[in-house]
Amino acid sequence: MSEIEETFKRVSSHKGVIGTIVVSADGIPIRTTFDSATTVQYAALVSNLALKSKSVVRDLDPENELTFVRIRSKKHEIMIAPDNGFILIVVQNPSVE
Amino acid sequence: MQPPSAKGPSPAKAPSPAPTKAPSPASGVRPSRNVKGSKVAPAPEEEVEVKKAEKTEVKKQVEIVNGAPPERADGNWEPPQKELVVPPEQLKLTPEELKEEITKTLTANNPFAPHNIARFTYKERQFKFDPMVDQTMVHFSSDGWMLNKDSEEAGRQMELERQEADARAAFEAQAHKFAGGTDSELVDDNDVCAIKVVRCLTRHSMRARASRRAGRTTGGRQQSILQPQDADVLTSADIFSKVSNLPQAAFEARARKPAGGEDELVDDSMDLRNSFNFSERAAQTYNNPTRDRATATEPPHTNDFCGMATQWAIFDGYMEDQERQRLNKELRKNKGTAASFTDGARKSSVNVTVTPAFCFLQTRVFLPSISDCTQDNPSTLPPFPQNKGTGASFTDGPRKSMSGDGNAGTSGSGPPRKEETESVVHNKAMSKAVKVVERMVNQNSFDDIAQDFKYWEDASDAFRDGEGTCLPLWKFYTERAKRKHVTAIAWNPEFVDLFAVGYGSFDFVRQTSGLICCYSLKNPSHPEYTFTTESGVMCLDFHPQHSSLLAVGLYDGTVLVYDVRNKINRPIFASTVKTGKHTDPVWQVRWQEEDLSKSLNFFSVSSDGRVTLWTMSKSELQFHDVMELKLSGNVSDTDLEEDETALGSLAGGCSLDFNQHSEHLFIVGTEEGRIHKCSKAYHSQYLETYKGHSMAVYTVQWNPWHPKVFLSASADWTVKLWEHTNPKPVMSFDLNNGVSDVTWAPFSATTFAAVTSDGKVHVFDLNENKHEPMCEQKIVRKAKLTRVSFNPKHPILLVGDDRGCVTCLKLSPNLRKSIKPHASKEVTQEQVAKLDKIIEVALKGE
Repeated sequence: MSEIEETFKRVSSHKGVIGTIVVSADGIPIRTTFDSATTVQYAALVSNLALKSKSVVRDLDPENELTFVRIRSKKHEIMIAPDNGFILIVVQNPSVE
Repeated sequence: MQPPSAKGPSPAKAPSPAPTKAPSPASGVRPSRNVKGSKVAPAPEEEVEVKKAEKTEVKKQVEIVNGAPPERADGNWEPPQKELVVPPEQLKLTPEELKEEITKTLTANNPFAPHNIARFTYKERQFKFDPMVDQTMVHFSSDGWMLNKDSEEAGRQMELERQEADARAAFEAQAHKFAGGTDSELVDDNDVCAIKVVRCLTRHSMRARASRRAGRTTGGRQQSILQPQDADVLTSADIFSKVSNLPQAAFEARARKPAGGEDELVDDSMDLRNSFNFSERAAQTYNNPTRDRATATEPPHTNDFCGMATQWAIFDGYMEDQERQRLNKELRKNKGTAASFTDGARKSSVNVTVTPAFCFLQTRVFLPSISDCTQDNPSTLPPFPQNKGTGASFTDGPRKSMSGDGNAGTSGSGPPRKEETESVVHNKAMSKAVKVVERMVNQNSFDDIAQDFKYWEDASDAFRDGEGTCLPLWKFYTERAKRKHVTAIAWNPEFVDLFAVGYGSFDFVRQTSGLICCYSLKNPSHPEYTFTTESGVMCLDFHPQHSSLLAVGLYDGTVLVYDVRNKINRPIFASTVKTGKHTDPVWQVRWQEEDLSKSLNFFSVSSDGRVTLWTMSKSELQFHDVMELKLSGNVSDTDLEEDETALGSLAGGCSLDFNQHSEHLFIVGTEEGRIHKCSKAYHSQYLETYKGHSMAVYTVQWNPWHPKVFLSASADWTVKLWEHTNPKPVMSFDLNNGVSDVTWAPFSATTFAAVTSDGKVHVFDLNENKHEPMCEQKIVRKAKLTRVSFNPKHPILLVGDDRGCVTCLKLSPNLRKSIKPHASKEVTQEQVAKLDKIIEVALKGE
């Protein structure tokens, strides 16, 4: 339990990490390090994306399963860990030195 | 509207004066004391007087009856005398004025009628002025009985009377005829009388008819009514019989007969008249207008749902259905067995209701995977998921219970919202996800290093021969290892990115607590597992087959075995004083192959001079001293005396390594600088003692390819290469500083790396250069390097320093020249041949 908390803390405080969000299966943000507006936006958009990605992977092969989504953009990398019960979102700026 | 007759002095009322009613409305003006007097029955005259007084009231004169009526002496009552009293405030009028005639007219206009009535109209929802006010006042009205002869109604009435008269005339004529026809024969001169009687009779019968009609339904009563009439008839007939002398019964019959016959005739005529003033009226009641009333009810609950049938959803549906069918089948099977069980039990009067529960128990026992699904509803099967939501919960079941294991207390039934979110955050899936994300984050931030690790090759190596470089990659450091020395590094044999680092202290004055960190190359910023020990860690070894088992030797002589998967900061085995732990630091631990009883065992060597075999039994470590490192007589040929004094003491073992090709063979490096070749078979004898080092031998290591060659590193600044049949070193390399560690490379039989106290890494490839290192590179400033280890797969090596930092180095292509593998056996032979050649040359050179 505390191990997960610690890991969360480490990830959040890691160099270049802008924020982390945990979204429940219903799309409700459970914990976040962003401000509320950004959190809501990320939660809404990413949960849709994750659902769609999952559908795509499953449609290609029903026995397959989506494990991670990484989105690399000019500014950020958005790492999405979708699961049945939650979606973990971490936004990082990888170019920070 | 009241009929005026009610107030007026009606003559019908006057003759029968009711004493209490007499002082009616008008008496209200009298003083109340006169009520007493009025109680004494007033005469009719007084009543008249009162009415007169009423009339005088119009002239505003009040008549007062004063005093009680005087009684006469003879007791006879006299009417009270009246006196007119003029009130003092009355207007005095002259006779002329009194005579003046004032005309007053009654108008139909009501002077008190309001003129400005405003009513609220519900239609327009506002007050509206109502111009139509009933202004009429009725002063007098009277209903009369008179009819205008010309009127229609009068005409009808007259017609009716005429018809009645006609009927009467017809009846008279008939009656006369009857009397004339029948009775005239019997009676002659009594004609008139008979007719009278008959008329009398008919009148009676008419009355009887009337009463009969009234009580037509009650036959009995009719009879009773007739009876007195008959009697009446008889009485009148008696008179008649006196005259006619007829027998009574005969007359009776006769009298009755015409009466009945005439009844019909008279009846019809009389019926024309409305003799009972009977009026038939029908009234139509007011029809209530139908009213529409509407009520807005709560709208019925609606549910919108939509779904998309994707291929995988269909697939999942099939899988669930199959699983359900399988469960059903199994449940049915279990039910069969359960039923047979209870059938037997029922004979011994066991409650039958136990059966379903028992079935369920069986199911749970046999199918632990579905127990979670059926937990909520034990007596029924898991329902087929109706939508995606329940489908998810179906699969969520086991996972939730897993999370419950992770954090005790949240797996209880009906957890509140807070705990629910906690369980979402704190479960195994989340743990894994966070871990992976952490690695991703690290990969992103150390992206250049990862790229170097994978792709960087020093291009300059192509142009220089016999030289190479080491490229520093990640640094593994944790705050908890501050001011600790890296005392051991061990790669995991199964996961090539995982390694354990032991922290302790080589400074024997300043000892610290121990720490073991398991790092992964994928996450350089934080160790995967961390264990702490009371005493400093001195050595580590991963079990080659059971890669999660980690043997640890501590500075205080304890040996521990950890299972890194447990993540609990507690070893699964630990040696104690009772179980023969070492009394001095344990310098080396080495796992052995499993023995005949399949129990795991490992060797340890300590400064206390013992080489001990530890066997993991169920509950504890069992120890067996394989060797006691005696300071043998061979120590010095010249000084026998000293040898004998030293016989009792033991040499401190510093390092240990087993030959991979002949398992019983092992070498031990000691603090004195000697290296002993020993065998597990001989407990108290060295097979060979190698002299060459003058100071403590920190490391000895067999060549992974060649069965006879081993290396030793010593504090005397040298690394020596030995051939175990030869008591003298084959080669010696002076590194100009204390050599803390040396290790063979896994990819080449001729390559080894050594680290020295001045922070340098020396990489040798004897095939390339027998005297000089291929690479001599300073890795750390102001720190001593303590340990070095090659990765078994990747061309990287780890060096640990005395500041708790482990650095990963990548070998340039020149440093990792290896033989192209054709077949595994050939490679081994070639590697051995390569090293043999070098040894041969070296021996020749000597």
